[in-house]
Amino acid sequence: MVKAEKKEQSASTHKIGIYMWIWGLLFVLSFFSYMVDWYNFQGMLRWSLILFFMFLKAGLIMAFFMHLFWERYALVNVLLWPMTAIACFIFLMVAEFEYTLFSRAFYFVVGGGA
Amino acid sequence: MSDPQIEGLQLKPGFKGMSEDTGSDQTMFKGVHWGKAMMWIFLLSDTFVFSCFLISYMKGRGSTLVDWPYPSEVFALHVGGVSVPLLLIAIMTFVLITSSGTMALAVKYGYEKNRKMCGWLVLATALGGLTFVGMQAFEWTKLIEEGVRPWENPFGAAQFGSFFFMITGFHGTHVSIGVIFLFIYAYKVFAGHYENGGKRGWFTTMKGDYVEIEILGLYWHFVDLVWVFIFAFFYLW
Repeated sequence: MVKAEKKEQSASTHKIGIYMWIWGLLFVLSFFSYMVDWYNFQGMLRWSLILFFMFLKAGLIMAFFMHLFWERYALVNVLLWPMTAIACFIFLMVAEFEYTLFSRAFYFVVGGGA
Repeated sequence: MSDPQIEGLQLKPGFKGMSEDTGSDQTMFKGVHWGKAMMWIFLLSDTFVFSCFLISYMKGRGSTLVDWPYPSEVFALHVGGVSVPLLLIAIMTFVLITSSGTMALAVKYGYEKNRKMCGWLVLATALGGLTFVGMQAFEWTKLIEEGVRPWENPFGAAQFGSFFFMITGFHGTHVSIGVIFLFIYAYKVFAGHYENGGKRGWFTTMKGDYVEIEILGLYWHFVDLVWVFIFAFFYLW
């Protein structure tokens, strides 16, 4: 058992260059997402750029800073598949807020069907 | 970062390895330190907490008939008479990314048994986190002085305040807890608790190891990760 526990420690480290690259990229991507607000992009362009930079940053942090890129698939899959539940929840709540918005507009502004 | 070898046995990579890991008895996360696996499970549950906050924010913002306050103006700072949009938030973002980078390097130097570099980098991360919390306190003070409350605000939809204080407050709490632990672990690294086979930790008979720095790093990177989403959805959207 003692031997097994000792063997569980990670043996390899990665070159410093990869961390520097990711660090730099995160700065650049953050700067770009700030520029989205600075140049006051609106509509679909704004939303798609925000999401693009967000997912890119999140992916880089998880893959390299949190080492998921080098982890066993057993761990990676246990962590990533539950995200589909969150995606489902988002879809449900989008339908819900559209319905609430419709009800409020219909009964509070239009004045209902009567 | 997990060890592909267990007691001399080579583990298979990829999906083949995954099916063998999950299909075997004893441990599922082979070659992964138990503390790291548990931190990941905790972070997964924390992901659900923050997702629920952000989804409820989406629902609240999407269903109100009143205009949502324009974040670009609400969070603007006046520098020399000029209003710069989101300036403080941008600086906070850069501070948090800087501290995330120093943390990643601390983990690397820890595994290389470079005690001094690891310690200084953990300390730098703690100071970055402290700066972030300080700026957040400043931001809260400014907004409260401008009349933002959980039930009303002078800029638009009343729900804005409750979502703002709940989401950034919960994130700030995570940062604060992280800062406390970063200071504790900076001390532990400098004091040599992970050197020469490791020193016994608190409330445990197990010896310390530099893998603890990676586990701490996972938590800290997660705090940065959550900020990426808050920055996108709350401040930029």
